[in-house]
Amino acid sequence: MHKESKLVKGLLIGISVLFVVLMLLLPLITVITEAFKQGFSVYAEAVSDKYTVKAALLTVEATVVAVLINTVFGLFAAWLITKFHFKGKKLLSTLIDLPVTVSPIIAGLIFVLTFGRQSPLYPLLERYDIKIVFAVPGIILATVFVTFPFISRELIPVLEAQGTDEEEAAALMGADGFTIFTKITFPHIKWAFLYGVVLCAARAMGEFGAVSVLSGHLRGKTNTLPLHVEILFNEFRYVPAFAVSSILVVMAVVILIARSIIEYIGKRESEDVR
Amino acid sequence: MMKKANRRVIPGFGLSMGVTLTLLSVVVIIPLASLAIFAANMSFGDVIETITRKRVLASFEVSFITALIASLINAVMGVILAWVLVRYDFPLKRLLDGMIELPFALPTAVAGISLTSLTADKGLIGGFFAKFGVKIAYTRIGITVAMVFIGIPFVVRAVQPVLEKLDSSYEEAAAVLGASRRRTFWKVIFPEIMPAVFTGFGLAFGRCLGEYGSVVFIAGNQPFETEITPLIIMSELQEYDYASASAIALVMLAASFLILFLVNLIQIRNSKILKGGGSGA
Amino acid sequence: MKKNIKEYIYKSFIAAAAVAIGVTGLTGCSQNSAEAKSDSISLTNVSYDPTRELYEAYNKIFAEHWKEKTGQDIEITQSHGGSGKQALEVANGLEADVVTLALEYDVNAVRDAGLIEDGWVSEFANDSAPYTSTIVFLVRKGNPKDIHDWDDLVKDGIGVITPNPKTSGGARWNYLAAWAYADKLYGGDEAQVKEFIKKLYQNVLVLDSGARGATTTFVENGQGDVLLAWENEAYLSIKDYPDGYEIITPSVSILAQPSVAIVDKVVDSRGTRDAATEYLSYLYSDEAQRIAGDNYYRPSNEAILKEYADTFDLGINLVNISDFGGWDAAQKTHFADGGVFDEIYEKAD
Repeated sequence: MHKESKLVKGLLIGISVLFVVLMLLLPLITVITEAFKQGFSVYAEAVSDKYTVKAALLTVEATVVAVLINTVFGLFAAWLITKFHFKGKKLLSTLIDLPVTVSPIIAGLIFVLTFGRQSPLYPLLERYDIKIVFAVPGIILATVFVTFPFISRELIPVLEAQGTDEEEAAALMGADGFTIFTKITFPHIKWAFLYGVVLCAARAMGEFGAVSVLSGHLRGKTNTLPLHVEILFNEFRYVPAFAVSSILVVMAVVILIARSIIEYIGKRESEDVR
Repeated sequence: MMKKANRRVIPGFGLSMGVTLTLLSVVVIIPLASLAIFAANMSFGDVIETITRKRVLASFEVSFITALIASLINAVMGVILAWVLVRYDFPLKRLLDGMIELPFALPTAVAGISLTSLTADKGLIGGFFAKFGVKIAYTRIGITVAMVFIGIPFVVRAVQPVLEKLDSSYEEAAAVLGASRRRTFWKVIFPEIMPAVFTGFGLAFGRCLGEYGSVVFIAGNQPFETEITPLIIMSELQEYDYASASAIALVMLAASFLILFLVNLIQIRNSKILKGGGSGA
Repeated sequence: MKKNIKEYIYKSFIAAAAVAIGVTGLTGCSQNSAEAKSDSISLTNVSYDPTRELYEAYNKIFAEHWKEKTGQDIEITQSHGGSGKQALEVANGLEADVVTLALEYDVNAVRDAGLIEDGWVSEFANDSAPYTSTIVFLVRKGNPKDIHDWDDLVKDGIGVITPNPKTSGGARWNYLAAWAYADKLYGGDEAQVKEFIKKLYQNVLVLDSGARGATTTFVENGQGDVLLAWENEAYLSIKDYPDGYEIITPSVSILAQPSVAIVDKVVDSRGTRDAATEYLSYLYSDEAQRIAGDNYYRPSNEAILKEYADTFDLGINLVNISDFGGWDAAQKTHFADGGVFDEIYEKAD
């Protein structure tokens, strides 16, 4: 470790803590205090409501599927972008990032336009009785869309920094792609990968705008937790709305604790090896 | 000359290209294309007229300025946070680290409502600033605050892994050679993390630009003053005017695309310089 | 050993992802297979935001009524959201048997998509509006700014909170109610009426995107002196904070008619027309009318409305949307791009 001047260190930590407290912690505290404003029984009732539970399950389903699809995509895309040179690479990598910057409203809109009643595809979908918009597949699609680049974006800078020398050497020695990836590349990117998964999961379960356009808000069928919050809020049930939001906070905390544990074990292992 | 050899040495080009393009087409390209098709229902003149209405132009201004300021703040704060989280040890560091993803997990509407109640002139933070005559909620400052909130994880989580992986031997060498800390940071560390900062900045900017859920609650939504472009799109949709909504959406899309493309350009060029320097050393 | 485990993990990851993609496809197909058993039937009612409690209560008594009548069990799925957005979703393929929205204009949007037949307005009594509401003022307890009628709202120093009529269907009633007052005041002189409306909206501090957002701004965040609200929503705020606020009924307001309609295309393909028709016409039964009254909607049945004379100010002078030439005309003149609402802001610039 370096000798940093105490002043700089203190200052930087101070700024960080202040920022996090003001910008992140206070809103969180607001959510929790609002959730318990009318006592624990109101809270418990809101959280254990039949529709809340269904919404929570749907949120978990959408999140898990989104993380899995984006994992596959992220690994392949990051590999493609950092290990090879080809024409149109900048364009490709820009297209991958694009979903993050697309307004959630537009994200929902494009799927409605593509698969909804106005779409040329609609008669085809109708014939086979496939429902995409205003049904679970639409919600999953929207969730995948908004979290699309999260994993690849985490991996690319690390892989860029690492370069391709090790992989090239391994390839010249005759290792196949899978072996190169698992033995050489993955150990370098595992923490970035973990960050990516956590970001992706967090964003997936909190997504509101795009899903809201696509879900149809069918109570107990296509309502995710954030939508359920919106509905409660719009029904003038302020406190239950915050109570349900707090479930999302708890889910986020669980994911983050899980990440810390994995990180902790992993780092201890690598220190043991040393 | 290295480049040519490169292409064939590492296996998996075809497979990864295939998977990437397939998923990209299904999830991103085809749906976005339908947006263009819907906007194409209008004549070019109509599109221009729609997107140059005074109120729409004013909303572009509001959205771009607030998003730019917010993502600049995010870039600076993101680097500081990442630095503190990677390099220092202090009590409750884990907690601090864990808070970073919060803005993603909290539904944007909830975030908007909470931030508004905090920053309104009757709120905890807003009350403090109100003493100095500064209004936060229902002004552009409020919009910026909400955008900083939703954008912060992008920069922190982009920079953090790179900092963690950064080989400290250069820094140590620089220190041994007598470089000051500040010089070491700007000359050695910053160039390494710059691509990540740019990525984070670009993503945060795009996200801020398009954000709707949290901003509408805090913005006040006064036309010409605090009306953001996504709100205009929403009101076009309320009028069942898909074509106008698509046209305005396309402008935003083009803007995000351009910004990301520039960021990627800088990033790729930068990584080439780095690599050249690295292998030469 | 350890390496084998790792390899296994990677492989199972990829396998799981493949399965997940498959499952996504399958859920799409299996969604609709369990329909049309003869001993039970299901309906989807797509409604707007603050009607949840109303329909929760109503669905219960309707299920009993239907069981008694036909012996069938009926399950009703509710969907709530902003009225315009809900209409848009039905038009885009959300399978609703019936829509119960905030205004006729939104139902017309579903009609224009070809899902509802022309003439739906006369299908049920009272322009297919089984319950109505109106626009009132919510002020802080004791009415510190002494607000009694619309002309008090344009005075200097009054902060008004109302949602944006361009994004909130319900808020269009607010705007039109103000217009109706000014129209009476100035005897139809349009320039003066516009000036009045312009002044009113210059006093608007926050233009939220929806009714609930506006209520939060006014109630939770303490902005402004008066909230323009639907009567039923104003009562909900009073219920939450009995000591904080009071309702002022202006001399002139508008008869807000939330419309109900059968989505013809959907009920015909699902074979639910009978149930859907009964569902909407039973809204006019005495029991249902009382449920509406209990939820602060004005029952359309005059006799039952009188039972609620303590709650509602029945002396209010209510104008009707037909005074504006119907919704399509009102929309075009006032709220479309370049309409009067845009104009008052353009000039303000």
